[in-house]
Amino acid sequence: MNLNKIFKNALLVTFACLVLSACAKKVSTGQLQGDVYTGTDTVEYLASGVPDRVFFATNESILTTKSRETLRKQAAWLRKNSKINIVVEGHADERGTREYNLALGERRANAAKDYLMTYGISADRISVISYGKERPVDSGSNPLSWSKNRRSVTVKAN
Amino acid sequence: MFFRYLLILIFLIPINSFALIEVDITRGNLSPLPIAVSPLSLDKESKLNLKKISKKEDLGAEISTVVENNLKKSGLFNPLNKDSFLQKPNIAHLKPRFEDWALIKAQALITGKVTFVDEKLRVEFRLWDVLAAKEMMALAFTTVPNNWRRVGHIITDKIYERLTGEKGYFDTRVIYVAEEGPKTKRIKKLAIMDQDGFNTKYLTLGNELVLTPRFNPTNQMVTYLSYFRNLPRVYLLDIETGIQEVVGDFPGMTFAPRFSPDGKKIIMSFAKDGNSDIYTMDLENRIVERITNHPSIDTSPSYSPDGKYICFNSDRSGYQQIYIMKSDGSNVKRISFGKGLYGTPVWSPRGDLIAFTKLHKGKFYIGVMRTNGKGERLLTENFYQEAPSWSPNGRVLIFYRETKTDEKGEGFTAKLWSIDLTGYNERLVDTETDASDPSWSSLLSN
Repeated sequence: MNLNKIFKNALLVTFACLVLSACAKKVSTGQLQGDVYTGTDTVEYLASGVPDRVFFATNESILTTKSRETLRKQAAWLRKNSKINIVVEGHADERGTREYNLALGERRANAAKDYLMTYGISADRISVISYGKERPVDSGSNPLSWSKNRRSVTVKAN
Repeated sequence: MFFRYLLILIFLIPINSFALIEVDITRGNLSPLPIAVSPLSLDKESKLNLKKISKKEDLGAEISTVVENNLKKSGLFNPLNKDSFLQKPNIAHLKPRFEDWALIKAQALITGKVTFVDEKLRVEFRLWDVLAAKEMMALAFTTVPNNWRRVGHIITDKIYERLTGEKGYFDTRVIYVAEEGPKTKRIKKLAIMDQDGFNTKYLTLGNELVLTPRFNPTNQMVTYLSYFRNLPRVYLLDIETGIQEVVGDFPGMTFAPRFSPDGKKIIMSFAKDGNSDIYTMDLENRIVERITNHPSIDTSPSYSPDGKYICFNSDRSGYQQIYIMKSDGSNVKRISFGKGLYGTPVWSPRGDLIAFTKLHKGKFYIGVMRTNGKGERLLTENFYQEAPSWSPNGRVLIFYRETKTDEKGEGFTAKLWSIDLTGYNERLVDTETDASDPSWSSLLSN
């Protein structure tokens, strides 16, 4: 009886620890919203205050509020530097089949391109290329690494 | 440029025999057939001459080792230890003393003889039923000495066919992507090898990213995706001449190519403005046809062996699922309804099954389903694996598998694996480097 109780308590404690550690893990990274990366580890800058990339949720190509903000900054910079052309690279994480991810990368790059166009950037200044899952920035096999790899990156073409 | 195929002449020596031993390949074979592969005998003079050409001490023994390894890897046969053989190879080939072979529990026996005449390799072999004390098959081949490994593969195909009643898959090759370097800067090259991992040749230098090579089922052409000049496009490569050309003139990425069963068309995806649809191009008249027209992603198309249907991958339901349609794009029907996401459908050369990759709860599976989507069967589960390709007889699938990296992001590998349709006999396929995207050729001979 007593032993049984102790065992049960131990189980509860273990369970609580697991829950806590799971939470702790999420908090300690603090770089994911849903599964979209919100950190700056891998971000480079096209100009001061103009991040070069935006991040996506798994299997999605919808732009988040933060992504739209980043792309508006890119559009403003492109309007100011009218001689610069860009390539938008679309990428996927490693958790999908190669061919589907090529298509998904293309869809993501075009989501970014379309948004830049609505902010006045001409289509002939923007080319897109999909790398699918072929060019990860983070080689980790965990949700945070994958979130950094689901991205579109704006690169100067000239 | 890369290879020259030399005709292997096959002389059939007619024999009378009854259906004796049989191997059932439709079930997981838990008791592989004990078989004795006696080294092919080689006379002194031939041995000496062949040693000069092939740099092999005993080419007869080498050929029988090729046969033995093939049989063993098929999972259907258990080649017995040569140390236990009592009869000499040359005598066994003339007239086996069946009681000696029965004593070591062999049920089948392979014997043979190699001679070197007029610069040609002549190989003959016989298959014997030990318990019935009868010859089941006798064949001879003549070829150039450099083809000696292929002779071993052809012998295996003949034995497999005689004992299982189905064509073999040993005189075949696999084209794949050889990989090197860190995960973030992977270098990829096209590579081709014999089905057993020998005779690897690299077809590209690694200057540009290459993906998803696939054989033409009727000849030695290959189609693949190359990022040449940073423009991802489908290419056609003749592996005998090394000549390559871009397929079609598309204003955007083309990818996921495959040949039609008659080898006359390439079917692939074309991506534009965030939408991927399926197209075909006729290789003779260069006419391009659009097959799907849907705002979702449509990719990974694969024809049925009669060319009348196409299975493909689409996320038109919201997530990746498998669909089939008529080859003109009409009658689109979803066939995958199980839990999870489905990708990379490939139609079996036998026509009755579709192999696929499935992602469910963070695990990847290789599985098969009937062409109406019923009878889903998962063959293997892992952290990451995808892209099954069928052996030409539709009995084995080859695919690639990647490992999880550690906390430092290290320890990544990509390797080829094979598994029988039964779900048994899962094996690592030897490659010189890391490897992915395998595609199995048709039988090279017959």
